[in-house]
Amino acid sequence: MTIVELAASVLMGLGGLFCVVGAVGMLRMPDFYTRMHAASVIETLGAGLVIAGLMLLGGLTLESAKLAILALLIFFASPTATHALARAAHVRGLEPVLDKDTRE
Amino acid sequence: MIYVPVVAALLVTLALLLARAFLGPNVFDRALAANAVGTVAMLLLAVIEFYTGRPGFTDLALVYGLLNILGTVAVLKFFRVGDLGEPGEKEEEAA
Repeated sequence: MTIVELAASVLMGLGGLFCVVGAVGMLRMPDFYTRMHAASVIETLGAGLVIAGLMLLGGLTLESAKLAILALLIFFASPTATHALARAAHVRGLEPVLDKDTRE
Repeated sequence: MIYVPVVAALLVTLALLLARAFLGPNVFDRALAANAVGTVAMLLLAVIEFYTGRPGFTDLALVYGLLNILGTVAVLKFFRVGDLGEPGEKEEEAA
């Protein structure tokens, strides 16, 4: 195993770990807005680290270019979708769960 | 290599997200889980391409991602406005 493969393994392993952590957060968090916070871990750290590891393995090839386009797509599309989700939920009147009512 | 543990981790992630999509108390939780499932499926396709060595899976992942963002926005607009053909948002027209 060369040093590049070792680095790629570390990156991809960390990415898989962050994906599992984000999914556990989505199951355990108490309301919709905090679940959205947990889901963003999957889309930033999880996807970013896995794709970075695959690009290290691919080298300077067409596959790495496609992976870079994939990373750009996730980088732009997932914040857009998250923003649309939060706005739609807010417009429909979904209230966040608060520990104690701080609105006076 | 690292491929098998990463694929296993991504499959565990998919299972947990599907549990959230089934449990989700309202439609926004389900839409959020479906969006995350799309992202994880793109990652899974990209890893499977390097694992099996067959070319073409990254193209599938790209198409899947484009369909995923379109589907999420369409579902959200449907549940927010109530109609896909509705032109826009009343509070922004008033402003």
